[in-house]
Amino acid sequence: MFETLSDRLNGVLNALTRRGSLSEADVAAALREVRVALLEADVALPVVKTFVDAVRERAVGAEVLRSVQPGQMVIKIVHDELVQMLGGEIDPAQPLLNLNVAPPAVVLMAGLQGSGKTTSTAKLGLRLTKRENKKVLMASLDVRRPAAQEQLRILGADTGVATLPVIEGQMPVTIARRAVEAAKLGGYDIVILDTAGRVTVDEALMQEVADVAAETNPVETLLVADSLTGQDAVKTAEAFNARLNLTGIVLTRADGDGRGGAALSMRQVTGAPIKFLGVGEKMDAIEAFDASRIANRILDMGDVVSLVEKAAESIDVEKAEKIAAKMKKGTFDLEDLAEQLRQMRRLGGMKSIMGMLPGMGKMKKQAGGLDMDDKVLIHQEAIISSMTPDERARPKLLNASRKKRIAKGAGVQVQDVNKLIKMHRQMADMMKKMGKSGMKGLFGGAGGAMPDMGALQGMDPQNALGQMPDLSKLTGPAGGLPKGMGGLPGLGGPGLPGLPGTKKK
Amino acid sequence: MSNDPTEKKRFGWLRSKDKAAEVETAAAAEPVEQPVAEIVAPLETSDAPEPVAPKKRSFFQRLKSGLARSSSSLSEGITGIFTKAKLDARTLEELEDLLIMTDLGVETVTGITAKLAKDRFDKEISSQEIKQFVADEITRVLDPLAKPFEVNPSYKPHVVLMVGVNGTGKTTTLGKMAAREIASGHKVMIAACDTFRAAATEQLKVWGERAGAPVISAAPGADAAGLAFDALKQARDESVDVLFIDTAGRLQNKTELMAELEKIIRVIKKQDETAPHSVLLVLDATTGQNALSQVEVFKAVTDVSGLVMTKLDGTARGGILVAVAAKYGLPLHAIGVGEDIDDFQPFEAAAFSAALVGLDGLDGGINLDAIEVSV
Repeated sequence: MFETLSDRLNGVLNALTRRGSLSEADVAAALREVRVALLEADVALPVVKTFVDAVRERAVGAEVLRSVQPGQMVIKIVHDELVQMLGGEIDPAQPLLNLNVAPPAVVLMAGLQGSGKTTSTAKLGLRLTKRENKKVLMASLDVRRPAAQEQLRILGADTGVATLPVIEGQMPVTIARRAVEAAKLGGYDIVILDTAGRVTVDEALMQEVADVAAETNPVETLLVADSLTGQDAVKTAEAFNARLNLTGIVLTRADGDGRGGAALSMRQVTGAPIKFLGVGEKMDAIEAFDASRIANRILDMGDVVSLVEKAAESIDVEKAEKIAAKMKKGTFDLEDLAEQLRQMRRLGGMKSIMGMLPGMGKMKKQAGGLDMDDKVLIHQEAIISSMTPDERARPKLLNASRKKRIAKGAGVQVQDVNKLIKMHRQMADMMKKMGKSGMKGLFGGAGGAMPDMGALQGMDPQNALGQMPDLSKLTGPAGGLPKGMGGLPGLGGPGLPGLPGTKKK
Repeated sequence: MSNDPTEKKRFGWLRSKDKAAEVETAAAAEPVEQPVAEIVAPLETSDAPEPVAPKKRSFFQRLKSGLARSSSSLSEGITGIFTKAKLDARTLEELEDLLIMTDLGVETVTGITAKLAKDRFDKEISSQEIKQFVADEITRVLDPLAKPFEVNPSYKPHVVLMVGVNGTGKTTTLGKMAAREIASGHKVMIAACDTFRAAATEQLKVWGERAGAPVISAAPGADAAGLAFDALKQARDESVDVLFIDTAGRLQNKTELMAELEKIIRVIKKQDETAPHSVLLVLDATTGQNALSQVEVFKAVTDVSGLVMTKLDGTARGGILVAVAAKYGLPLHAIGVGEDIDDFQPFEAAAFSAALVGLDGLDGGINLDAIEVSV
């Protein structure tokens, strides 16, 4: 999501940055482009107008024209306004969902047909169970779509989240009442009610969902909306907001290549914040939404915080610490590399990591639609798996015949094995070097920083092309990891949360 | 002055925005339509059985009311701007804005407005004329592409593959289409190749039962291509006329999922080189500009043979279809306007574009001529 919008905006704004001074006409011309870019990204027209007006007002004012770097200033304004439009900075002290009521807390999910309510319900149920240790009960009130209740039951069984037993022929309000009753009796903390999809002009159905809300008094009423939605987004959001007291929005299919206009519109129209993004087919593919990070991503400033957060969640800290210790000593062997590869895959693979790094959108573009292939990681793991423990510990053992055997075992070419060994050697060398110079600061306590990430970040986008040869290796069946990435997952030591992000170019 | 509450709701979001102020006042000043479709809700609906009231209305009426709902706000907007005015730059810009709100896309819209400007700039023009102009332009693009879906009897069976992004309505559309083909005397079989989404097979089985067609299915997580192969074999053995193959929804930017779709087709071809004879891409009317990317990628991977647009019974106008048609020239088979088995209608260009700009007036409410005289 957001990539094309990001490209367009960056094109427009880059033209501004190069200029020493800006006239009002320059700004106006740029803003016309911004307007079209936003409209093509499906941002709703009224929202676009408000946005452009707000930017113009600030940009044409003294704030920009007199600043030292007017172009940069405009970008900052666009960024600020984007954040504003997306719902402002998140207050980390505020919980995402307000569940601080006498249990069971009712969460109501509503939306159009096919927006992803049932899937989002199950994802949310799993997230609350896993991350917040809540006892969750899910109930489907969808008596219209064939097998909708069955769908939620299966998802519940798969994720291990309880679902309300289905009683044929019951109507939504009755089911809702029964769900709350069952939750009280069963000692559940949260009840998530999944409703049927409905068009907003269907008065009877809109009344029905309002009745359910009136009956169950939900603490959270979430509108589930497709991020591929066009101009209709505002009408839908408004219509639901008029009948239900929306407390938040779940934006689904954010992993598509839509431009995310709906995200930019809905908050503005409903006043309800976007709380979650659905980012994949798997049941754990749901993320908290943070306006400022998304704005950064749109303007291609990267999303290092997301990456770090994800890393913190999926990386096995103990193992990472062990590897870090080994790096320090310079005894980083192939077994450790394999562990790193595994952790990397857990992070969602190359594509997802690259997507979150600053400047990467541009680099990908310049590489001509370079497709990050996660098979590389799998192949590399396979190569290491095909080695004996001895070989893994002492790569020096690897002679031609051993390599041949390994290549056969992993189903790759011998040169792929060579590439992997070379990559490991380079990494180990680098680690050793770093171990000598300031390694302490890198892995100890709060100052945890990834040297290579830092290098990537500081990279001037204009020079990004120069880095491409490294990256392009990735497309081969078992090419080397870009040097900057190799060291990434292993760094999951205690210092993780303090990662770069702030040291922007 | 009309105080129709539904109209207020519809314009609530415009109202808050300053620029649209004149549009809104003009629209509000009109003796506005009474949309038949807005059935008043029963007041005490604690457990009312599914109140789908307008069952008795004819199919045609339902389509019209569905489309009219989605078009009326645009219609009112245009009327608001252009009631007897000179066509100047500002009004053109506002027309542009209104058209953009139908998801036509910036490019299509600028094309239309540029043409209008060339013909009529600085001349008196009425809202009726402007609507006619826009509708004609859209019809011109869509009309050559309106081709109802037809089973070719020389194939035994005619293999139809349903593809699309998640949640666009593939399964529902398939159910409706199967019912239609059975009604027209064809022997139909359904293959439930969405083995990924929970309960997708169960959903399709219900549709199969409603339509009266056998549904070939496999265990959840089974190989979709293998199932398609088996289903085709069985369909050939039983000399079925049409085999509908449902597939799992997939985002077009997921390469591995698109490769799976390719595999299904490859496997089908092992039995019948000419199959699948139709690949129908199901587009959701609420989708915005991303539909272009959907068509592009699905077309490249599966050789899409035609489009179906669903959910035109909501507030979305499906204007993106015009941009898609202009760019890819794919046949437009049908539209979906509801969840019932017969809420399915062959695509008609003139009706679609008239409804898009609010020319139809068939809903019993909109009568443009009357409006203009009274203003």
